[in-house]
Amino acid sequence: MKTALDRRSLLTGSLILGAGSLALPRVAFAQGSGTRNLLFVLLRGAADGMAMLAPVGDPGLEALRAASLADYEGAPRLGSFFAVHPALSEIAKSAQSGEALFVHAAATAYRERSHFDGQNLIESGGTAPYATKDGWLNRLAAMMNEGAPAPLRPLAIAQAVPLALRGSAPVSNYAPSALPKASEDLIARVSQLYAADSQLGPLWSSALETQAMAADDGLTNLRDAKAAGELAASLMREDAGARIGMIELGGWDTHANQRGAFARSARQLDALLAAYKVGMGASWADTMVVVATEFGRTARLNGTGGTDHGTASAALIMGGTVRGGRVVADWPGLATRQLYDGRDLAPTIALESVLAGAVAEHLQLDPARTMARLFAGRTATPLSGIVRA
Amino acid sequence: MSPASIAMNRFGYGFCARTPAPDDPHRFLLRQFDDFDAAPPAIAGRLSTRAKTGEMLELLRRLRKDARTIGAMEQGASATMTADTAMAQNPRTAALAGLPPEYREKLMDARRVLADDVAVRVELALSSPAPMAERLVHFWSNHFSVTVGKPGTQFEVGPHEFTAIRPHVLGRFSDMLKAAILHPAMLIYLDQVQSIGPNAPFTRMRAQRGGDGAQQQRLRGLNENLAREVLELHTLGVGGGYSQEDVTELARALTGWTVPGVGRVGRLAQAQPSGAAFIAQVHESGARRVLGRTYPASEAAQALAILDDLAAHPATARHIAGKFACHFAGDTPPPALVTRLETNFLATGGDLASLARTLIEAPEAWAPAPVKFRTPFEWLVGALRLTGANALPAQRIVGALTQLGQAPWGAPSPAGYDDFAVSWAGPDALVRRVEMAERLARNAPQEGVIARAEAAFPGALSQPTLTQLKRAESGQQALALLLVSPEMMRR
Repeated sequence: MKTALDRRSLLTGSLILGAGSLALPRVAFAQGSGTRNLLFVLLRGAADGMAMLAPVGDPGLEALRAASLADYEGAPRLGSFFAVHPALSEIAKSAQSGEALFVHAAATAYRERSHFDGQNLIESGGTAPYATKDGWLNRLAAMMNEGAPAPLRPLAIAQAVPLALRGSAPVSNYAPSALPKASEDLIARVSQLYAADSQLGPLWSSALETQAMAADDGLTNLRDAKAAGELAASLMREDAGARIGMIELGGWDTHANQRGAFARSARQLDALLAAYKVGMGASWADTMVVVATEFGRTARLNGTGGTDHGTASAALIMGGTVRGGRVVADWPGLATRQLYDGRDLAPTIALESVLAGAVAEHLQLDPARTMARLFAGRTATPLSGIVRA
Repeated sequence: MSPASIAMNRFGYGFCARTPAPDDPHRFLLRQFDDFDAAPPAIAGRLSTRAKTGEMLELLRRLRKDARTIGAMEQGASATMTADTAMAQNPRTAALAGLPPEYREKLMDARRVLADDVAVRVELALSSPAPMAERLVHFWSNHFSVTVGKPGTQFEVGPHEFTAIRPHVLGRFSDMLKAAILHPAMLIYLDQVQSIGPNAPFTRMRAQRGGDGAQQQRLRGLNENLAREVLELHTLGVGGGYSQEDVTELARALTGWTVPGVGRVGRLAQAQPSGAAFIAQVHESGARRVLGRTYPASEAAQALAILDDLAAHPATARHIAGKFACHFAGDTPPPALVTRLETNFLATGGDLASLARTLIEAPEAWAPAPVKFRTPFEWLVGALRLTGANALPAQRIVGALTQLGQAPWGAPSPAGYDDFAVSWAGPDALVRRVEMAERLARNAPQEGVIARAEAAFPGALSQPTLTQLKRAESGQQALALLLVSPEMMRR
């Protein structure tokens, strides 16, 4: 980050020269070093929890998934009942070394099967699609900003700010660009051009801060999952970095020929998290990664070797503070009568209580208050015991 | 914003030196309905690529028999995706290198065809005498969004917009619906080509013959993907009152609709006007019941009859009115406007010219403050029109739109690209536009920037913007600043 720091001071310099009345963007990290980092990874497209963490100990699995069972021969185990997909080998190592846990058979309150509604709910944290306009991660940031001397700066590593991070708390986003950087002079003049604009002014200030931090990423896109993980770490590990980050991974909507498609997406996730962990360095000890998806998939493989939209799936919680090495599940069983609607893995844990419990414990917030704020209108209590005491 | 500025910027693609300024803003827009060319030479002269779609799918089917190449091929296919997100696979070149040469050649061809079609789309938006109608094309194209990624779609997404959407933007919604849903691009994109009736003659024959385990596993069944999106996204909308059973029944009715020249039963295909093919042998025959109405068995005509009824449904009118109003009159459009559009849609049986006219005549659509943040595509087209630069090469246009975050036919989901400011007005988007503006200004005529600014935003140019333009150290810098001014970012 040496170059980045140089570039940051350079940028700041040009702002002072050119900005006139523009107040310098306040670098807002009053929560400072020693505070904790949270990365939320949203798997878009409904990731198959039963492929991610296969319930190989359930006698019903073979009838539903005969064609993909071979994938789990020799795959890493969590206990005798669950096997981690072999493409998630780094995650499995973290789990086995005690700093990652899976939650299985979890679902949000959503019981239909539309990606768009499902993603809307897992991002907004509302109880009905499109009823809540802001996102739960943004409300989390707002909660942490209360009484703090300066607001946190949550960051989406994406070309557009996803719904989970939209809301009243200030947020930023960043994705590597293949375009040549604009000249310092133009940047300074744009600062003046936007100075009085209540929408563009704050967006521009926030953009300049993040640009400064990521200036040496050398990337032109986010296609390489490993590089994306390294980038996320570079934007979060320093005192001046973002404390809350979000990154999205697609490719999970495996309606056909699931074995190959799932393995490819899983390898991306594995590479991303492994690189992020390495990149966070010493800060990993204070970091939590939460991975979730909008809903699960049908328990039975369909006629095209894939799975269709279902209900419960798995979630992953990983990090230096996590009491890992286990699977949190109230296993519903796979017999036809045990399946939701006779077709999906039945939900036995509210995903909202997993998310609220995890972030509250990690960020040392009151769990009940966090639940009420992030996921209003729920009766479930936040999951506890996620973080090491 | 002045009415003249609204007519150009909110309803169209902004100022262009070649076209006259709006005299009477309403007439300026209504006249475009007559000036609109549904089949301009750039489209009419485009060679058909339909045969390439079938060839590519067939080649893939042949190659898939060699199981070892499957992984590499699918990676190669996804490497042609233009969406710049983490969902794409390995870097494109690495993926291409591992492909069988004949498939690699097809992918390269597909990429060229796609880039040329993106260039045609942009060129039409730049030179059209009817920019509002072009906006309508792109609005409806996004409503019936198809995305490249699945093999074969690269040859079809352009034709989908050019032949299934464009001719109907001032026609009937039901005609557009049938053309857009039953077009090869949509049939491949939403897996309809994989769907076969569980009790169709072909399925029974395969089951009787048996076969080894691997073949059994590949035996296909019903796929509900397209049926679900038709109900949820294209017609009734979320909360439109349909059930899972309606989805399944529509999926059954849609079986048999596929792409010409594909599969073992391809020779039995009957060509359809949409460019698709219908194969009775994989159709799930029988009466279907959708939203309480029964449709007797009638092979290909059954799906058409259901789509006609869906197009006329009151929930569809409400859904379309809401989206249409949101696109032109703001993220949270005035409810009175939505009601007016909905009433018009129902009264005219989905006459889309009448719908557009209702919008133009609605006072709510002329609110003086800007109501929308321009999407990247709108911004780039507006910027290119304003600079008056020569057309860019196809690959550079694709690259620019990808960097800005909105490559045509690259939406992340079947819901199309989002149409809300929060999705586009991010810090990162501003940086990219500034970077792009500096490059565009370098290669464009740089004189008379202030006069151009005044013509582009008649009576609507703010004092701070004018001050910054006057202070610029060069015409080039002034042009770059104009391209990213608040006036250009919002409409």
